[in-house]
Amino acid sequence: MTLSRNARLLLAAVTGLVLLVIYLPLGLVLVNSFNTSTSFTWPPSGFTTKWWDAAWHSAGARDALALSLEVAAFATVISLVLGTMAALALQRYRFFGRDAVSLLIILPIALPGIVTGIALQNAFTKILGISLSFWTIVIAHATFCIVTVFNNAVARLRRVGGNLEEASMDLGAGTFTTFRLVTFPMLRSALLAGGLLSFALSFDEIIVTTFTAGAGSQTLPLWIFENMFRPNQAPVVNVVAAALIVLSIVPIWLAQRLSVDDEGLPTAAP
Amino acid sequence: MEQGAAGRSTPGGTLHRHPRLRLGLLLGPPMLWLGVAYLTALGALFLTAFWTTNSFTGDIEKVWNLDNFRQLWEIGVYKTVAFRTLAIAVSVTVVDAVIAFPIALFMAKIASRRWQRILVIAVLMPLWASYLVKAYAWRAMFSATGPVHWLLDPFGISSPGYGLTATVVTLAYLWLPYMILPMYAGLERVPNSLLEASADLGARPGTTLRRVILPILTPAVFAGSIFTFSLTLGDYITVKIVGGANQMLGNVVYDNSGAAGNLPFAAAVATIPVVIMLVYLAVVRRTGALDEL
Amino acid sequence: MKRARTLSAAAAIGLLAVVTLTGCGSDDGDKKGGTGSAGFTAPDLKPLDKLGKNEGSVNILAWPGYAEDGSTDKTVDWVTPFEKTTGCQANVKTFGTSDEAVQLMKSGQYDVVSASGDASLRLIASGDVEPVNTDLVPNYADVYPFLKDKPWNSVDGQMYGIPHGYGANLLMWRTDKVNPAPADWGVVFDPAQAGKYKGKVTAYDSPIYIADAALYLMNTKPDLGIKNPYALDDKQLAAAVDLLKEQRASIGEYWSDYAKEQSAFKTGDSVVGTTWQVIASLAEGEKTPVKAILPDTGSTGWSDTWMVATKSKHKNCAYAWLNHIISPEANAAVAQWFGESPANGKACAIAEKGFCETYHAGDASFADKLHYWTTPIKQCLDGRTDVQCTDYARWTQAWTEVKG
Repeated sequence: MTLSRNARLLLAAVTGLVLLVIYLPLGLVLVNSFNTSTSFTWPPSGFTTKWWDAAWHSAGARDALALSLEVAAFATVISLVLGTMAALALQRYRFFGRDAVSLLIILPIALPGIVTGIALQNAFTKILGISLSFWTIVIAHATFCIVTVFNNAVARLRRVGGNLEEASMDLGAGTFTTFRLVTFPMLRSALLAGGLLSFALSFDEIIVTTFTAGAGSQTLPLWIFENMFRPNQAPVVNVVAAALIVLSIVPIWLAQRLSVDDEGLPTAAP
Repeated sequence: MEQGAAGRSTPGGTLHRHPRLRLGLLLGPPMLWLGVAYLTALGALFLTAFWTTNSFTGDIEKVWNLDNFRQLWEIGVYKTVAFRTLAIAVSVTVVDAVIAFPIALFMAKIASRRWQRILVIAVLMPLWASYLVKAYAWRAMFSATGPVHWLLDPFGISSPGYGLTATVVTLAYLWLPYMILPMYAGLERVPNSLLEASADLGARPGTTLRRVILPILTPAVFAGSIFTFSLTLGDYITVKIVGGANQMLGNVVYDNSGAAGNLPFAAAVATIPVVIMLVYLAVVRRTGALDEL
Repeated sequence: MKRARTLSAAAAIGLLAVVTLTGCGSDDGDKKGGTGSAGFTAPDLKPLDKLGKNEGSVNILAWPGYAEDGSTDKTVDWVTPFEKTTGCQANVKTFGTSDEAVQLMKSGQYDVVSASGDASLRLIASGDVEPVNTDLVPNYADVYPFLKDKPWNSVDGQMYGIPHGYGANLLMWRTDKVNPAPADWGVVFDPAQAGKYKGKVTAYDSPIYIADAALYLMNTKPDLGIKNPYALDDKQLAAAVDLLKEQRASIGEYWSDYAKEQSAFKTGDSVVGTTWQVIASLAEGEKTPVKAILPDTGSTGWSDTWMVATKSKHKNCAYAWLNHIISPEANAAVAQWFGESPANGKACAIAEKGFCETYHAGDASFADKLHYWTTPIKQCLDGRTDVQCTDYARWTQAWTEVKG
């Protein structure tokens, strides 16, 4: 872009500064995970690795992590299926109420989490009369995760247009064959990006989860929350958070690698 | 192709001949999920806002009345809390938009391909750190002896401490990636040739920014703001951690729906953020931002 | 009542359902049974008369931290020893609020539950729990007498559970920042005193904190006629709310969890306010100059009870758990992990040196000063019948107004 050298430097400096601010609290988390003090305070009072040891041996943290991964995986699979279907319907067909449908898909993420949370809790326990469980979390998460897949898929479908699919059909390929051999390969990286965001969104969600988790179904954010109410557990929470930040490089890097081929950048929405 | 010609009586063939059927099958499951299940749940919740809780039995009494809304209107504190929440949501959105713009511009138009990828990772990574842990980290940042105090003290500025400023900063921090990503994606789509053309035609960078980039960026900003806005409106945890003695609408909903068991009143309070969001969505839709999400 | 594991202890405190039972109990005229303190009739159920063979398993419904099996911290485990000695496989399920506990108990899947002061009466009145034959729980003999036959764990002298532990909401201050050392709650409620620490006063973030204000008024404004801080009529509630609104001007922040209050006192963001002994001990352990006392004028607190499900199919294992959890070893372990006074005096011999002194375990005069958390209901808990009291939903709205 035709920006002056000074403007470019200024932008680079601002970017660097903002990234610094973004990572400062995360650095604090990392430092605190080695802090001898049991409270989240600054400055640190000493160095210890005992919290890392405690976290490593904490079965509660491991179980919660496993449960969160399961919930996120199920919610992501559901949103991939439903989000792709909705995207295909909206992008390849013209029909009455199309705008309303797209608004509806955005609604669960656009409405405050606490509203979705109490609405679903009320529906599960009072209307349907089912008790909260692992699956109620999955259903709740899938509800607001559909939009991430939908957005990425719609953006991709719009960009590539429908010509290839029409050609495929004209050449005699059926609906499923066309999807398998033409549409899906075009969508793959967009679905990956959408699925990843959906996974991340589900993984760290706490508000809707608070209202829809059954007793005993403890996701990682709920575990962290509960441990803020236990003496001496705050540093262990820091360790878990620090470990997560470091580990999160893997899926993001992987997604970036996989989407290199067709320049698929994750579309906006979380 | 094993499917054979479209004319044969296979499921694929049938679908091929009936695009409406295809549409119905594609749209059916997501609509059942969102249109029927989710909307019904929402509807049922707001229906309860017109009912009351029998304080003697704790059951919800299905007698139509507007008492909950009347209380909401007549007791001043709810208006105060609603306006405070709205002001926080607007501040968070503005702060995020202002901070996200230079980064998104740098990422999309200046950074090399390699750096672009690194920066996207750098922006996305904090999303994986737990929300709660980040909020508690900001609690430490704003404490009386914390880093914010250290940084500001030499300039003779005192740390704002826990309160609304800390709440806005923390929420803006938490939702920043949701604003950077759409802006980045929006700018990415602006062809460099367009910017060069603008420059060739004599526009200075400032003019290009104003006349070419900003109009393209507006829908992206609105798209991002849906997240910063709605996430802030529904939040009740951050304000508890760094907000001092303040409360937001989310706290009121939470307190009434949980222990107090006053779901009708909680539902009535919840209509406030929902109405705000629906109005906002209606406005945003006119800008075409919903397609940018 | 146990400190909340959820965001606000409000949740733990709970529910109007108490209301259900206390309110309309007397209609059940055909049922024989004792009359509870709040005037409800308990269903006619018989306690177990003798123990048989252990069934091999028991389903435990507990507050987080009350039945630890080593999954949180491998050194914190009193469930495994229980399984080894009794042969009862323990399936532990935790709950977040008293309401959740009551609902889960209704499912009939659980044998024992750790019930707080608000849940216990509901469970008794609905017949979900049965009277407990304390003769079959040998360790019951060692439980402090001042915890036995209390309104929240018994009906007409018949125990419905085994006391587990209790604690107090204390007054804590930074000794280097608060002068002179306060002796009572006036330091946080009297505007003249609290004003000195404007922006540094802290209070518990829950509608139940209104009871603390009511208790202060009970001692300082006898004209209001408050007899029980959980039984407030409209006028009394308004007085408490006014006091809290005045206090709000001095509040720096309201706290609801360990981490939050501990860090606030350490950094000096808070210098005086309510606390729990466990937080005070943690703060002292980190060399924060604090002191926590129970003022002579008393304070609020909590007390929890283990109860047996009427429909339990594992009653022998359930009784074995009751006996185990108040055995000196387990009771000491849970009290120290959770941070409350044990119910069994012999636990003090096993607990860390000084633990019981710190927590005033067994100190009857200390316990006498506590007004245990109870859910406020429309029917006045202090026995007044000429006036309606304010319920928890009303308190919640009042709390919103206090915070503003």
